[in-house]
Amino acid sequence: MRKRLVLACLLLMVSGLSGCANNDAAQNKNDNVIYVYNWGEYIDPEILTMFTEETGIEVVYDEYETNEIMYPKIKAGAVKYDLVCPSDYMIKKMIDNDLLEEINFDNVPNYVNIGEDYWDQAVSYDPDNRYSVPYVWGTVGILYNKTMVKEKVDSWAILWDPKYKDEILMQDSVRDAFMVAEKYLGYSMNTTDEDELQEAKELLQQQKSLVQAYVIDQVRDKMIGNEAAIGVIYSGEAIFTQRENPDLDYAIPKEGTALWMDSWVIPKGARHKENAEKFINYLCRPDIACLNFEYITYSTPNMPARDLIEDEDIRNSPIAFPDLSKYNLEVQVSLGEEADRHLSDLWREVKSY
Amino acid sequence: MTLSASPYILWSAGFIIIPLCLVIYYAFTDASGAFSFDNVADIISYVNIKALMLSIAFSFGATLICLIIAYPLALILSTVVSSNSSILSLLFILPMWMNSLLRTYAWQNILERKGVINGILSALSLPPLYIINKPPAILLGMVYDFLPFMILPVYNSVSRIDKDLINAAKDLGAGYRETFFRVIWPLSLPGVISGITMVFVPSLTTFVISDILGGGKILLIGNVIEQLFTQDSDWNAGAGLSVVLMVFIVISMIITSKYDREDIR
Repeated sequence: MRKRLVLACLLLMVSGLSGCANNDAAQNKNDNVIYVYNWGEYIDPEILTMFTEETGIEVVYDEYETNEIMYPKIKAGAVKYDLVCPSDYMIKKMIDNDLLEEINFDNVPNYVNIGEDYWDQAVSYDPDNRYSVPYVWGTVGILYNKTMVKEKVDSWAILWDPKYKDEILMQDSVRDAFMVAEKYLGYSMNTTDEDELQEAKELLQQQKSLVQAYVIDQVRDKMIGNEAAIGVIYSGEAIFTQRENPDLDYAIPKEGTALWMDSWVIPKGARHKENAEKFINYLCRPDIACLNFEYITYSTPNMPARDLIEDEDIRNSPIAFPDLSKYNLEVQVSLGEEADRHLSDLWREVKSY
Repeated sequence: MTLSASPYILWSAGFIIIPLCLVIYYAFTDASGAFSFDNVADIISYVNIKALMLSIAFSFGATLICLIIAYPLALILSTVVSSNSSILSLLFILPMWMNSLLRTYAWQNILERKGVINGILSALSLPPLYIINKPPAILLGMVYDFLPFMILPVYNSVSRIDKDLINAAKDLGAGYRETFFRVIWPLSLPGVISGITMVFVPSLTTFVISDILGGGKILLIGNVIEQLFTQDSDWNAGAGLSVVLMVFIVISMIITSKYDREDIR
């Protein structure tokens, strides 16, 4: 009896192996693909179709909700992605951990369309501009409903105003939540000073009884649906929400906020590196970048694309393209594994408070 | 061991035993792979203990409410004519045909401040109901999601009780109350026990319901574990707490099964 069992196991394994072999063959036949891993709702799906029609390269597209969810998947290499779009501090962490491939800019001639300022900004996480190509950028600020908030909104203080109990939507991501508290206290958003962190944590704990919910992407839908009066949101979502609900407005707090940038990077060992570079190049084409901006409404660093925006109000919108010199802006940097873990622990203390 | 059992052995080896070993391996090692007890010992931190206690409290509540709703329903179902009872029980199973995540999101829309319920209440000029992002919403989500797991086993055991036994009890002079407590309840206990386990365990481990209906304001042990895995990518700490949670589940199952056996005797 036991022999038969072993035989059955062997048979299963062999059939499994041959199955794998078949799969590989199938993949080789159609190797003209690219595996893209991007933020949720972060590209006009039409562009993916257009890219495939133009180049014959098939796009396999996956989405994530936070940098922290994306990182372990790339690190473990469970799925071989060819192109990922992380934020500044996460790119630094990936470079430090040797997870990224240098981009061959000969294959990305359209990189010249990205404004000089943005390459300079990228230096803070990609010192020689070798690993990343800026995709979108923006600020973090306060989205508020003008029918519910009558006062002038220009400070993070409003998020601690008891008047707005149960009307506040807070960001449910460690770095952004702490950024708000740290900036309100007048500290750097990259602080690792224990006293400052504790103070920020206590401030967030005080805020908890006023907060309606901790959410990420849902801020947008809840604000559009008049569920809350105030929400912490990325500037790119602000224009979209205003289109859907004209009562909403966006403010950059005077205490300062995060200036962030999401860039395309190629993970180490990507199997379709040239295709990935073609895709980046395609996205850097002014007409494509403009089309994409109209859809996702996140600020584009592509200068010619910005000039192509038809709606003058949007082209000169202080939300999408603010005068950066007017605000106290800071770029988030990677704090290192130890500090990241400590911050996560503090964040859980806030959430369980 | 027969050949016909081999697929099941392969299945349980591949999808139960090996993953379980992996969880235990991660739980008792640190990031470098050396033996460590820290991950499991982490449970005694204030945040984790609070999350675990909250989870246990919510699970108790949800299980109790499910039992209170399901038991009378099972009794009623067992007394109606068989063709009608299958339609009735189908009605309670029907929601399970839909993904539980979708159903939970539906509750979010129903309970929201500008949601369906408050729309109706305000149309009737009644005061609004604000339970979204508060403990009652989580409890409601748990009860709604897991109620069928209580109804089915209880209904099964109640409907299998020989009617002659009930008639005999009545013939011998037992009133309704006595018939219930001395005949029906003891005979239905196996179903009740498995119902309790099937509601208690998923309630104890859930993180989706507390996330969606709790607005991220109530941290259950499931949420802590989920965050350790997805956001912190600290698999060791996550596995450590998972092992602690498994111990609690095993304890609860031992208690219930012991109670079960004693009563049958």
